[in-house]
Amino acid sequence: MELKIYAVLFGMTIVTCLPRILPLVLLAKMDIPPLLLTWLKYVPAAVLAALLAPEILIIDNTLSFSSTNPYFLAALPCFLIGFLTKNLFYTVFVGMAAMVLVNMGL
Amino acid sequence: MLLCKNNYFSTETGDIMENNKEIRQGLKAALPVIMGYVPIGLAFGVMAVQAGLKVWQVLLMSLFVYAGSAQFIAASLWSAGASAGTIVLTTFLVNSRHFLLSASLAPYMKNIPGKILALIGYETTDETFAVAINAAKERERTASFYLGLNSVSHLVWTLSTVIGAAVGNLIPSPDNLGLNFALPAMFIGLLIMQVQSRNTAVIAILAAGLSLFCKLLLPGSWNIIIAGTCIPVVGVVLEKWSSRYTQSSSA
Repeated sequence: MELKIYAVLFGMTIVTCLPRILPLVLLAKMDIPPLLLTWLKYVPAAVLAALLAPEILIIDNTLSFSSTNPYFLAALPCFLIGFLTKNLFYTVFVGMAAMVLVNMGL
Repeated sequence: MLLCKNNYFSTETGDIMENNKEIRQGLKAALPVIMGYVPIGLAFGVMAVQAGLKVWQVLLMSLFVYAGSAQFIAASLWSAGASAGTIVLTTFLVNSRHFLLSASLAPYMKNIPGKILALIGYETTDETFAVAINAAKERERTASFYLGLNSVSHLVWTLSTVIGAAVGNLIPSPDNLGLNFALPAMFIGLLIMQVQSRNTAVIAILAAGLSLFCKLLLPGSWNIIIAGTCIPVVGVVLEKWSSRYTQSSSA
């Protein structure tokens, strides 16, 4: 058990640092093939959407778009404020506040 | 009085003042980032200890990994008993997008020496990237700016997570504070920042759909791996189609 946390921390550090550092340091000298660059352009949106959707739409292993799903409800004002303000702080704040209200109301 | 002209941190008085000014501008630019980090960091700290992590583990994670979304996911995988390999692989997938962030910053940082670039890169996150790229597009910045921006953001993140972890077990019901929505809310904010074209919006919707489908059928984080690698291919195809369309209509 003790060993596992060190393996996790070490592994996470490596896989996080390499994508962050290598491009900055190397790309001054190297050209990324255009196809790869185009593919890379869409990865952030795809990964973020792939992460987000199950978080808010899958409850207890079932897909739920209904008002019994607090995450879905809280996500609605969160998206709205996100699009309106494009500000991370306001988005997170409104999302968490909406969650509080939804939990109180249900 | 040292006048080491070859030393990057030259100590000629004018340079010191320039450095200080750039550092201060970096600190100021970090303000919106810090405002976002405090609630998310606190939420993570609370959630992490409730997932079974210790305060010192939270500290190390925030110091060395420094990636909010990955830290959240790692903590929840940890409490579900996932293997170290799964956690690390998922972290890689979640953070692989930073490759693109760094790649887009690189052209603006040709004035900065390699070792300092590594230091800047290490502390680049979605939020500091957004600030950095905007600042870089305005005018060329020195390393002091980016280091100022990154170090204060990293410091505030680490402190927030540790404080959250320290009080986490004292909070009876974090759900009542909406803390369980901090991570989805962050994803929502980050996703919105990424969706800047119709193509990206299409990719986001397709990836969401595929991810949901896979999540219901496959265990672990395969949904992220599959959606995150396959759907961007659709983006490439879309661009190829539209470029062929504009080529043939101008022929």
